[in-house]
Amino acid sequence: MLNIRNFSIIAHIDHGKSTLADRLIQHAGLISARDFHDQLLDSMDIEQERGITIKSQTVALPYTGKDGQEYVLNLIDTPGHVDFSYEVSRALAACEGVLLLVDAAQGVEAQTLANLYAAMEHDLEIIPVINKIDLPAADIERVKEEIEIELGLDSNGALLCSAKAGTGIEQVFEAVVDRLPPPQGDPSAPLAALIFDANYDQFRGTVVSCRVFNGTVRAGDTIRFMSNGACYRVEEVGVFRIKLEKRSVLSAGEVGYIIAGIKTVSDTRVGDTITLDSNPAAAPLSGFKEPKSMVFSSVYPIAADDYPGLVEALEKYKLNDAALNYQKDSSAALGQGFRCGFLGLLHLEIVQERMEREYDQAIIMTAPSVQYKFTLRNGTELTIENPQYYPDPTVIDTAFEPYVRISIIIPERYMGAVMKLCTERRGSNSRFTYPSPGRIEVNFDMPLAEIIYDFYDRLKTITQGYGSFDYEYLEHRPGDLVKVDMMVNHEKVDALSFISHRDNARPRALQYCERLKEEIPRQMFKIIIQGAIGGSVIARSTINPFRKDVTAKCYGGDITRKRKLLEKQKKGKDRMKMVGDVQIPQKAFVAILKSEND
Amino acid sequence: MTDPGAAGLYIHVPFCASKCPYCDFFSIAAAGMTDAWCAAVCRELDLYRGSFPRFKTVYFGGGTPSLLSERQLGLLMERVRTSVSVVGDAECTIEVNPDDMSLEKARVLRSLGFNRLSIGVQSFDDGVLGFLQRRHTARQSLEAVEHAAAAGFENVSLDLMYGLPRQDWQADLAQALRLQPAHLSCYQLTIKPGTVFFRMQQENSLSPESEDTLEQLFLFADSFLGGAGYQHYEVSNYARDAACEARHNSRYWRHLPYLGLGPAAHSFDGHKRWWNVDSVQGYCRLLEDGAFPLADEETLSVEQLRLERLMLGLRTSRGAALADVGSDERTLAQLEREGLITVRSGRVVPTIRGMLVADRLPLLLEGHENAPA
Repeated sequence: MLNIRNFSIIAHIDHGKSTLADRLIQHAGLISARDFHDQLLDSMDIEQERGITIKSQTVALPYTGKDGQEYVLNLIDTPGHVDFSYEVSRALAACEGVLLLVDAAQGVEAQTLANLYAAMEHDLEIIPVINKIDLPAADIERVKEEIEIELGLDSNGALLCSAKAGTGIEQVFEAVVDRLPPPQGDPSAPLAALIFDANYDQFRGTVVSCRVFNGTVRAGDTIRFMSNGACYRVEEVGVFRIKLEKRSVLSAGEVGYIIAGIKTVSDTRVGDTITLDSNPAAAPLSGFKEPKSMVFSSVYPIAADDYPGLVEALEKYKLNDAALNYQKDSSAALGQGFRCGFLGLLHLEIVQERMEREYDQAIIMTAPSVQYKFTLRNGTELTIENPQYYPDPTVIDTAFEPYVRISIIIPERYMGAVMKLCTERRGSNSRFTYPSPGRIEVNFDMPLAEIIYDFYDRLKTITQGYGSFDYEYLEHRPGDLVKVDMMVNHEKVDALSFISHRDNARPRALQYCERLKEEIPRQMFKIIIQGAIGGSVIARSTINPFRKDVTAKCYGGDITRKRKLLEKQKKGKDRMKMVGDVQIPQKAFVAILKSEND
Repeated sequence: MTDPGAAGLYIHVPFCASKCPYCDFFSIAAAGMTDAWCAAVCRELDLYRGSFPRFKTVYFGGGTPSLLSERQLGLLMERVRTSVSVVGDAECTIEVNPDDMSLEKARVLRSLGFNRLSIGVQSFDDGVLGFLQRRHTARQSLEAVEHAAAAGFENVSLDLMYGLPRQDWQADLAQALRLQPAHLSCYQLTIKPGTVFFRMQQENSLSPESEDTLEQLFLFADSFLGGAGYQHYEVSNYARDAACEARHNSRYWRHLPYLGLGPAAHSFDGHKRWWNVDSVQGYCRLLEDGAFPLADEETLSVEQLRLERLMLGLRTSRGAALADVGSDERTLAQLEREGLITVRSGRVVPTIRGMLVADRLPLLLEGHENAPA
């Protein structure tokens, strides 16, 4: 056990975490140059495409120290974006120490600090590492100063490296061996292993990622999940060497996987403790905080008979993304579905993409909403995150909406445009700091509802991609709120209802009307689209019916083409949702969520 | 009388003196290739001798078939008669341009065995013809009809177009009626990608008539020609009486077998459809090597066959067989109430309003789209 180190790399997004992980893997000789590709641990297509890490990944690095000893260094890679801080905290629970990566040019950023706090909460040993020292804009002395002042860490111990150029990597290995403590634990005590991740493999069932704190586990053992008592016979244990590598035993201090023919997906809960059925631990390990959902949206299958498939896909998905919360929901327009809670908008987007790509689910997601609170005239309090449950306006005494403190770091030249955007979005209580010359940090208190719509897209546009953006929840504050219903031929499309500040209701309803007009194909009858508050219509558009729809010529050479078009139209109708008599294509629901500038 | 083994023969003549700005049919201006093309068509016909031995209809379409010389047309007709057999009362049609229709040409065509002419009149207004960049005048169209009659053609069809800028549709129809043709085709101007008109539309120098106007023009033709006794038996086709319906073209709408020869021509044997490469050179080269000049083919499933019968039948006054209609009683009743179809003696027949939306009728009947409430 003395020769094991369990550690994570934590960093603000884009400070080079995945590159450093790549370099450590290469240095450990786990992969040949031929098989190497960038972002090795980011195995999902979306991660590769977006250049971000979404999921924690683990890899066991063999290392021969300067002391001549053989070590196993378990690197648990973590995401950097604020939305995935929950993933970070799960990874940290399996570690004894972290490398806190700071960009030599960018310096300490919002997420550096948040990650540091998370590491401190888990009592981890922290090694600051200054990365990208080869950049022309690198300013090592300034960054050291920031590490001292803003992070309160001793900068003398900071390592210097360039993951990209491959310099200083040996020192990183040595520091992990020298400065991070080996795991503690008793291999002869009853088994206690913390589940920090899981994946579903269609052939082998659930693959559980865990950190063994006490005891040992091997193939043939009967394990028990402490939260629900479910028992399974272990088929295989092993460690992560890019691919799964079988071992005879996992022992206290180690990080690895367990395969135990677990077909009931819901039995595996991230944060749960695994023990042995024959010799159980006295108490479970302390799990993780329940993630707090900030953004809510409902998910429906496009075709109602896909509902069972959606249920199964969500179960499997949840296994791999514990931050997603969901519960049953139903809509008059869209049928049976689920109300989902997300950590943020990026998280929502990732879930949507992964559901479609990895789980092959054609889904409709409703407009994202936040959690509103109400005090009613009779004194009771009400919390809702679904516009469907908006209370009768006459019984509302005060409505409250969530506020966040946003932090935007930008080059100074974008200051004016960003200020304008923030005030348009009801930002208040502004504050400015200058983290470094030429750069400015802008803070505002802002309703969360204002940023979940298209704020980030707009910010990226006006700052030409230079703006970094982060937010944290402040409190619920009173607001003048209304519920807007969208109607198609006087039939309410409950999935499109939204709650909004009164001032924003009309422009947004108009935008919805126009978007729907573009997306709903013409039909045999006139379609009227309306947005209304209570009984009063505030926005409207119409789609004219077909008068004439027939091709002039249909001879021998036209038949195949015409039939194919008909087949496509018939198929297209399967991706439509009926609202009353009107067919609304799936893409209409998606289009509504897009920002104006797309 | 019925001859289940006999098919329709279509010969695609891919040559035009110039390309019309609205046409997306396959044609080229290279008239120097006509002899090679002619030889290739003869070879292709031979390749199908076994599978298509007999024909009930022959149709020379294009392109501009009337560009071919007497010798070339004679060679082809001769080959059709000797290599395969053509039933005694077969309908033999050739499409002609008015400016090619001298009295002499009409007599030649008649003597070669053609018994039906389809004349590309388009309009009787020289202004409109200019807009369409046609080579002929209204005068030439009138003469063409006279020459046809003089040469002994009793079965003449005129092609007209509507929805054209500055066109007097009523005047065009009235003029057509004065000629008492056996058959009339009235095609709405359709702007298709790849044509000159399409580019003009993109550049806003041509704006098509509104859907409301097109609906009115369609309905006007229906009542005007109907009043003169013509039967509106297909979306774009009118016959003076049932005997004058285009027998070759009706094969397409009745889903009956046809063999198409020439570049880009399509064929159908009741189960399979295939089509030729759309290059004259490629077509000729393949046939010189003794190969079938195929571009692609498809074998139709039972469901695809049904869908085609449905979609084609709904374009005609015969309608579609109830057995091919996948809708329940309620849908049928609703569409009937809406005045889009009538159901009688086992067939679903489109009304005139149904014909107006014939491309949507299959979707409505299949329950993939809703009828007006």
